[in-house]
Amino acid sequence: MEWLVATAVAAMTSAGIYLTLSARTFTVVIGLTLLTYATNLFLFTTGRLTINQPDIISDPLAPHADPIPQALVLTAIVISFGVTALILAMAVRGYFESDGDHVDLLGPEETVARGRK
Amino acid sequence: MNHWLILPILIPATVAPLLALAVRNDIVLARIFSVGSTVLLAVIGMLQLGMAADGTTRTYALGNWPAPFGIVLVLDRLSAIMLVLTAVLGLLVLLYAINGCDRRGEHFHPLFQFQLMGLNGAFLTGDLFNLFVFFEVLLIASYGLMVHGGGAARIRAGIQYVVVNLVGSSIFLLSLGLIYGVTGTLNMADLAVKVPEVLPGDSALLYCGAALLLVVFGIKSALVPLQFWLPGTYANTSGPVAALFSIMTKVGAYAIIRVYTLAFGESAEDGAWFASGGLMAAAAATLAVGMIGVVAARSLSQQASFAALASMGTLMIAIAGFTPSTESAALYYLVHSTLAIAALFLLIDAVVIRRAGFGDALTTAPPFASLGLIGGLFFVTVIAVLGLPPLSGFVGKLLVLDATVGLSGWPLIWGLILVTTLLGLIGFASSGSRLFWKSGSLPGRLEPVSAVPLALPMVAVGSLLALLILLTGFSGPVTAYFDATAEQLFDSQQYVEAVLGESRGEQ
Repeated sequence: MEWLVATAVAAMTSAGIYLTLSARTFTVVIGLTLLTYATNLFLFTTGRLTINQPDIISDPLAPHADPIPQALVLTAIVISFGVTALILAMAVRGYFESDGDHVDLLGPEETVARGRK
Repeated sequence: MNHWLILPILIPATVAPLLALAVRNDIVLARIFSVGSTVLLAVIGMLQLGMAADGTTRTYALGNWPAPFGIVLVLDRLSAIMLVLTAVLGLLVLLYAINGCDRRGEHFHPLFQFQLMGLNGAFLTGDLFNLFVFFEVLLIASYGLMVHGGGAARIRAGIQYVVVNLVGSSIFLLSLGLIYGVTGTLNMADLAVKVPEVLPGDSALLYCGAALLLVVFGIKSALVPLQFWLPGTYANTSGPVAALFSIMTKVGAYAIIRVYTLAFGESAEDGAWFASGGLMAAAAATLAVGMIGVVAARSLSQQASFAALASMGTLMIAIAGFTPSTESAALYYLVHSTLAIAALFLLIDAVVIRRAGFGDALTTAPPFASLGLIGGLFFVTVIAVLGLPPLSGFVGKLLVLDATVGLSGWPLIWGLILVTTLLGLIGFASSGSRLFWKSGSLPGRLEPVSAVPLALPMVAVGSLLALLILLTGFSGPVTAYFDATAEQLFDSQQYVEAVLGESRGEQ
């Protein structure tokens, strides 16, 4: 299971970084979303990977799942969801300002003229 | 329990929704509430500065959950200084903004209050994850303030600012995950206890997390090579917002001082002061890039942005020394540079709205309204920003130079600080003479962009400069307070005992 989770985090992080470095706001937003997914999954694993364990501690010696990373992930999900919505709104505004989704707000002609994809 | 500690977060958190929901259509009421709340914050800040002066570290357990299980707010000298600085800066910037800047878009005042709430929370919290949450609060408010007023250039810079900070937030969470995974705690005091106990096999993971945390704080405080967001953001936002943002970079500086003296300082044994070397190199590069930018800038706001960057460089050089005397010098320079940079950005806004057609471009143009007054204030402000005598910038740089003596490579640091000051002087002398001196003798007259009241904006700028003069005049008592603050910072045992109780502290 460690292998599965680790590769999932690695794949999402690398895809996220690649997309974030692109020149279109749409792909940048997708990249940021992937990056936050990877982060959330990583945070979740810091409580160690356990299956079928209670996260309410009744007996400190009995095996249990660590509830704190779950609470942290929940907070992180809420915040990243809100901020993603915000950057989408700003990207849409940028689209109306420039008639294109280039991160430097270049219009379609300018993008072609400067040879930027 | 001392309920005073939660008020700097509670007041703006109550006023902001009120402003957004109840008085959204009445700008006069919104201004009254906003200024009232900020005045209240300044008064409470002063009281807390007095409270903290006795040297005890006060704690407030939220929901009465004991640390390290619950979140604690901690008030010591350093937090109190930052609270007062935030409230005073906020008040003066608000005085400037209520002359019309707050009407160029919607929801200026609620965003402003949320920004203050995030800042105050970040300065008070004693928990790393809570620090992340307050960082997000202040960042989300700053996204709104940054694009306030709109326009293509501002939206473009805004999108890039948000993207950089979102990546920063992800790195913050990754570093918190690493630190929690190894130590099992995110409470800063508990972390200070646990870091020396970490098994040798795990310490690589722990320091990986701590180094990532340094990257995050480096993004917030715009250290080279993470500074690319700053010039675009500061130069493209409105004057009052840029002035308020002069404290945003200081949040990063505060977090570095707090975390790396408490948890990764003397008590960390093998890893003690591991942040120092890298931070010093980055700080020196920041100072150089900043001052070269000041010479190369093509507009006044760009020039001021690079001056802000350079001031972060000087500040970080002092912080990276990690000795009581360098931290004390750093605090003095922190207070000085926040106020001086804010005054500079407010003045630039005053120039921009008076130069229709020319804005803040560094070209000669016919004179604009009240050129003499603004030019004079610009002269005084730049003297403060660059650190020339007789203003507090000079005292600040002198303290930094004096405190760095004896650090490895200190002659290099001295040379860098002195040479870059000369560079900055050349840059600002050329822009000042073009904008004010030569323009003053040209025929004709520029019309302002819109009707511009003179009184309140000049009161705001004048008060900032007056504070700088006070900081110079009373530098004796002020540095005594900062010396005591640095001493308290380096006594991490006392912080741990205040948060966790006597028994845990002794372990």
